[in-house]
Parts: sequence; structure tokens; C-alpha cells
Amino acid sequence: MSDPSPAPPAVVFRDASVRLGGRTIWSGVDLEVDEGAFVAVLGPNGVGKSTLVKAALGLLPVVSGRVEVLGRPPGAARHEIGYLPQRRSFDPGLRVRGADIVRLGLDGDRWGSPIPGLERLLPGRRAAAARVEEVIGKVGASAYANRPVGELSGGEQQRLLIAQALVRKPRLLFLDEPLDSLDLPNQGGVAALIASICRVEHVTVLMVAHDVNPILSYLDRVVYIARGGVVAGRPEEVITGPTLSRLFDTSIEVLRTSDGRLVVVGQPEAPALHSDRHHADGLR
Amino acid sequence: MSGLAAAAGVAAPGAPSLTWNVVADLRQLLAFHFMVNALEAGTIVAVTAGAIGWFMVLRRQAFAGHTLALVGFPGAAGATWLGLPLAAGYFGFCLVAALVIAAVPRVRHGGARSAETAVIGTVQAFALAAGILFVNLYRGFANGVDALLFGSFLGVTDTQVRILLAAGVGALAVLALIGRPLLFASVDVDVAAARGVPVRLLSAVFLLLLGAAVAEASEITGSLLVFALLVMPAATAQQLTARPRLSMVLTVAVALVVTWLALGVAFFSPYPVGFFLTTFAFGAYVLAVAARHAAAAAAGRRASRAVLVATGPS
Repeated sequence: MSDPSPAPPAVVFRDASVRLGGRTIWSGVDLEVDEGAFVAVLGPNGVGKSTLVKAALGLLPVVSGRVEVLGRPPGAARHEIGYLPQRRSFDPGLRVRGADIVRLGLDGDRWGSPIPGLERLLPGRRAAAARVEEVIGKVGASAYANRPVGELSGGEQQRLLIAQALVRKPRLLFLDEPLDSLDLPNQGGVAALIASICRVEHVTVLMVAHDVNPILSYLDRVVYIARGGVVAGRPEEVITGPTLSRLFDTSIEVLRTSDGRLVVVGQPEAPALHSDRHHADGLR
Repeated sequence: MSGLAAAAGVAAPGAPSLTWNVVADLRQLLAFHFMVNALEAGTIVAVTAGAIGWFMVLRRQAFAGHTLALVGFPGAAGATWLGLPLAAGYFGFCLVAALVIAAVPRVRHGGARSAETAVIGTVQAFALAAGILFVNLYRGFANGVDALLFGSFLGVTDTQVRILLAAGVGALAVLALIGRPLLFASVDVDVAAARGVPVRLLSAVFLLLLGAAVAEASEITGSLLVFALLVMPAATAQQLTARPRLSMVLTVAVALVVTWLALGVAFFSPYPVGFFLTTFAFGAYVLAVAARHAAAAAAGRRASRAVLVATGPS
């Protein structure tokens, strides 16, 4: 996992395309994610960013081309992948502790039931509990891990879900808009946490994002998806006026503010979706 | 439904009366074979319905559970009309209805959910109507309608107890086999699916288990009061704790205590068992809610006192 020798790419897309309900979401996608890299998938709403992650997980089939994850077909490596799907939040009435949610990430796919009393006799129980505690500490969620998850804030839930994705020591982490619905300080905190997981634990991170700014300083590569196709490269190469103008086939400017944030001007957004998103955030 | 008068008429010179001597009361109660059967059946049903109901409450599938219960009504009425055993009607109809509901795709967000509730609601209304038809087709059955809808503990036969036991043990064995992945799929379906948990299959299997639990509970509580054992114990336990295992144990404990108490009280009273069962379960739920709020208020007071101590008197 932490082997520094040149490794094959963690994720490879070759001329891949996906169709959903008779509509081609994207096609001709070529993409390589190096082992240990922090990669963001960017692009406007509804362009198929989540679909890219689902195709890499093997949850959606590619109709043409080829996808490989950790050198195997998608789906074959799922025990080595931590996945955090796009979501709003848990039901506020859900009476299950955060630590239980993390624990399910460890052994929730195993058949059987944790029968009270009987489980105490099983080998490995202590190790499993210790691992859950360790990973909860790592994401800084120890203070509230024993409270019902529905009562926690969006940022607290997100940290626990990252712990759930990490608990099995995956080589790859797929995160779908983990910063969505978080307030600004929490966005910064969770972004720094993900970056440190990538650097310290040498986990390859593929993260779908709506806004690149909270993670910009940590990124190795970005993948920009638009209706016209896909561009991948280092952030300073891809997030430029000329590249994005070519991708969207319209005039786009990228401005840099004094604090290093990027502002993309003229990017064709789906306006309805965009206002919906802010509406939903406002209600939170 | 007429309390003990009808059943006890065979055996005792006078109606049984409460003596405030628990041992004597219990001996009085257990002297009747039908009462032993009722307690055995109630115990089996409480454990099965409690455990499966816990998952139903967690999965927010109470509406599906209610529909299965109402589908059981024409099943039982039809079985009576055709001279078949009651259990055959309950299990047959409930399990088939579970398969029908399982065939409707379950989507958690937005529109498709309302499609699901529309389908379930349609099935539910038709089931009730069919039940009334069967009741009318079988003449002289009018007294039995009460028992089918609101429960009865009289006349549970040895065969019925054996059927309940076999179905209950089978359902609980399946639940034990799928418990952990079912919990995963119930709280976190996307991640579970990505981990390779067969979420569609689990959902269908769970609906079948729910069908079996409803069919069992209906024989004690009647079709309309199944929630006394399916929802109330689980809701009570989930108020008290967020630890899944403890919550499950508490659910079964509440279901058992409530059932035994209700059967005991109904034995000495002229009123139907379904009323007592539901009332005791309701009481347990209200107590649990009150306890949770009291605990939260106490924690709030402690926290504010801590703040006062920290800031000191101004």
C-alpha cells in the first residue's frame, strides 16, 4: 500500500462510455488515476460525475471501452475501496449510534447476526472494536460517535461516514460530494482531513466536487467533465480560460482572487438545479 | 371475545376471580389448557413479531406491515368460509402480498416512493373489501369478525401452537442469518450495495419475514391490532437506546411482558385481549418517551450548571 516503487494506475478508463435509460451520459472517456494521488472530478450538475464513480465501482456497466480498478475489472476490487455516496443526511429519527454506522463499514456485509452475549466469545471481536475506535479517533469524531447519528450535524455525520469508508483500510477512496451541504469551516476541516488521509495513509482519493476551492491546494490532478467530453490534468493546466472554453465550446474566464481561490466565469450551469441546491442548503 | 364466560363455562363452577395472590392466580390461570396454549402462542408471537418489527420500524416500512395485516383479514375470512385452517389463510395471503409488495421497486427519494404507497394503498383497500365479502359469504360468522379484526386468545389449538412455533423458529433463523447485512442495507443502502450486499434480495426476503410475522401476530391480536406487537415494542426500545443489539433485546422483552400481562388480565376480565395488549404497549411507549425527555432535560440542566460553574457568578 505504501510501496514507493512505480505502481500501475489505481483507476483506468479507456474510451469508456455509459448509457442510462437510453441516454449517453458520457463517452470516449480516457482517464488514469495514479496510486496515492488526490484527484477531483469537477463539472457542472447533471453531467455524470457520480456516474463516473459508479462505473468505477461496478454499480453501472460501461457500454463500450474498458474500466480497470486496481488492475481488475470494476466490482472485483470492492473490498479494497471505501465509498461515500452523495447524500443529504440520515433521517433525524434514526436511532442508531454513529459508531454502529462505522462498524457496519467493517463487517456489515458479512452474513449472520451479532447475537448479544454470544458475540463476546468470537475471536477478533476486540480487534474489530479497537479498529472502529481508532478510525473514529482519526477523523476526530470520538466526542459524538456514541450519539444517535440522526441527531448529529451534517459535518459530524460526514466525518463518521468517512470513518466508515476508511475502517477497512482501503487502497482507494471514492467520495461523492463530501463537502456538499457543509458550512465553510466544516468544508475546510473535512477537506484537510481527506488530504491528510491521502498523504499519511497513502490512500488514493477520487473525489467528486462541485466547488474546487476548498480542496484546490491539496489536489494532484483534476478531471473536468462537460457535455463536450473530459479533460484531465494538473489543476493549473485544466482550470484555465482556454482549456475550459474549448471544453464547453463557449467563452470562459478563470479569475484568481487575492486569497488564491478560483472563480470560473461564464460556465454554463443548469440554473434550476443550481438554485435548488442553494435552496436545500438554506433549509438545513 | 366474550371474555372467559363462554370458555370457562365448561370447567369452573364460578368465573375465575382475582385473589391478589399471584401464585394462586397463576395456578388458576394455568389450570386451563386453552390458557396454556394461549400463553405459548403469545410467547412465540411476541418474540417473532418483536424482532421482525424492530427492523420494520428501522426501515420505515410500517405502512407495508399494516397492509400485510389487512391482507391477512380476507385470508382468514376466506379460510373460514372454505373450512380451511385459519393459519393457512393468514400465511397464504400475507406471504403472497409480501411478494407483490417486494415486486414494486423501493426508491427512497422523491416520486417513486409515492408510487409505492399508492400501490400498497390500493392493495390494502381491496383486501379489506374482499374480507367483508368472505365474511358475508360465510353465514352466521358475524361473531367471528370481531376476533379476526381485534384478536382472540380463546381456542388456540395444539396444532396452531405447533404451526406458530415452526413458522416463528423458521423466520427467526432466517433473520439471524441475514441480520447484519439487513441492518447495513436498512441504514445505509448505497454503501451496502457498493460493498456487494444484495440489497434488492434482502428487501424481498425481509418483506416475506414481515409477512410471516404479521400472519403470526394476527392470530393473537387480530388484523387491525398487529402493530401492538410489530411497532409498539420496537418504538419503545428505540426511544430508550440507540445501541442496535440492546434495542433488539429490549424490544423482545417489552413484547413478551406486554403479551403475558395482557393474556393474564384478559383471563380475569370480560374485555378483549387486543385492548389490553395494545393499551399496555401504548403505556410502555408513553413511559419510554417520557423517560427520554426527562433524561434529556436532566442532561441539559447538568450542562447549563457546568457552564454556570465555569463562568462563575457574575
